[in-house]
Amino acid sequence: MIPIKTKEMLLIQRSAEKTKPNYRKWKDRLFQASLWGAMSVCAVLTFSLIVYVAIKAVPNINLDFLLGQPSYIEDTIGILPAILNTLYLLLGPLLFVVPLGVGAAIYLNEYCKSARLVSLIEYTSDILSGIPSIVYGLVGMLFFCQFFNLQTSILAGALTLVIMNIPTIMKTTRESLKTVPNSYREGARALGAGKWKTIHTVVLKSCRSGMITGILLTVGRILGESAALLLTAGFAQVLNPIYEGMFSSGASLSVAMYVFAKERGEFDVAFGIAGILLILTLIISVAAQILEARTKER
Amino acid sequence: MKTIKNKTIEQIASWIFFAIGMITILCVLVITLYLISSGLPAIQKIGLKEFLFSSTWNSTGSDPKFGILPFILTSLYGTLGALLLAVPVGIGCAIYLSKFAPPALKRCLLMGIQVLAGIPSVVFGLVGMVVLVPWIRSMFHLSDGACLLSAMIVLAIMILPSVVNVSLNALDAVPSEYEEASIALGATKLETVRKVSFPAARSGILASIILGTGRAIGEAMAVIMVSGNVANMPNMFQSVRFLTTAISSEMSYASGLQKEALFSIALVLFVFILLTNTILSKLMKEVQSNDSH
Repeated sequence: MIPIKTKEMLLIQRSAEKTKPNYRKWKDRLFQASLWGAMSVCAVLTFSLIVYVAIKAVPNINLDFLLGQPSYIEDTIGILPAILNTLYLLLGPLLFVVPLGVGAAIYLNEYCKSARLVSLIEYTSDILSGIPSIVYGLVGMLFFCQFFNLQTSILAGALTLVIMNIPTIMKTTRESLKTVPNSYREGARALGAGKWKTIHTVVLKSCRSGMITGILLTVGRILGESAALLLTAGFAQVLNPIYEGMFSSGASLSVAMYVFAKERGEFDVAFGIAGILLILTLIISVAAQILEARTKER
Repeated sequence: MKTIKNKTIEQIASWIFFAIGMITILCVLVITLYLISSGLPAIQKIGLKEFLFSSTWNSTGSDPKFGILPFILTSLYGTLGALLLAVPVGIGCAIYLSKFAPPALKRCLLMGIQVLAGIPSVVFGLVGMVVLVPWIRSMFHLSDGACLLSAMIVLAIMILPSVVNVSLNALDAVPSEYEEASIALGATKLETVRKVSFPAARSGILASIILGTGRAIGEAMAVIMVSGNVANMPNMFQSVRFLTTAISSEMSYASGLQKEALFSIALVLFVFILLTNTILSKLMKEVQSNDSH
């Protein structure tokens, strides 16, 4: 009797080994295959999009295109005005947004003693960074263009961009301020440095890369911004001297691309601009990754 | 003498930083006040119920109608559709890259995804216009391919990088000891991912979905280029208009009550973002406190 029982048990055990692990194994394989599938969908989408834009862009980019300006009379198309406008819209806001964002981060991390105020400012900056750009465009239009009577101008667009981008710089700077060891601060204070001196000699130096990452992110965001700028800075593409340019309407590269594609149906020009935007994006993301790698090394 | 000078500098520095800190609060206050003060009059004139729940938008007719239900539903469906398309693919891709992929492949694909994340939304719109819209037209035999489906696909591609990036960071942060222990106990990779890695990275994965939702609801320019922009009730294969595109398409020539109604749409959009932000940040806090127990 006993041997039979063990035999039965063996059989049961064997069948269990046979069916269950196999079943599990198949499930596992199916799972890995679907993951691989998801990854390949991502890869194909990403690279085909980049390559497609690049291929469509290359034939359209040449010197005349880069240095000309659009004119109905001479029937020329060029993006120099858009390039200059983009430059103004990058440098202008950065001039204000960097001190403001870094300053706010320093206040939160180094000065502010009330935890409630810190969480209030963090909450508001979260809201600010979640607001859609079209809503910024509307508020900028009401506030800068109409209330301050700047009309639709590069200046109004630049000021709108300042408000939009404070949270980005603030967040990245704050993250890297948090990583500065407290012993640095204590060391500087023990040597008799005041709070401000400690910050600008010790703390800020060791979180420079975090700040640069924030600036790169902001540059990328401004380059890609279109909805807010369409409402605040308009879409004119005329070459102006700097001072007059500030107070007149002007399209950045993204806005110009939108106008060429949607309003005028000139897809070749639009792809040319898209190619330039793609190159700029590439440069930014490579720079950001080099920076990140360097920080990790340290 | 010097210490006195230093002290004044310190004092001035702390005042300046306090002022800068206040500026962010001020910005939110100004934006909120402006949106409310400019958005409420039209709602009052039209009536809240009529404005939110009536399904006809005919702002330029002789008897103008301002019902934004089609826009609200389109925005909701569009965002949901984009999430349904992007989240499974994005999270699957993140799991593969984090747990299975060879390092070279991971680096290469991450580089590409980073670039994709930085590409301006109008470029997505352009490619959608030139490639996707004609393709959908011939695929489904439509008279015009600019429809809700095109917008969903473009939005899905746009939010894919944020979903992959943020969930990947969360999955990479799971201590490998957890997974090794699970494998050592005889669990398969699937069981390990499902029962160990995934729960440990839950809050980060949730955050990636939130980020995608925010980006999809707020996107205007890419969507306006592929969705056709007619104020229909949402339908997969019909031209539709989103909350965001309703503002940008009529703002340039709007006046009077029509303009005020557009401000009210912005207010509705703002409330939407505020709601999702608050609900989801609460959700995150819950998950985080669960994690720490």
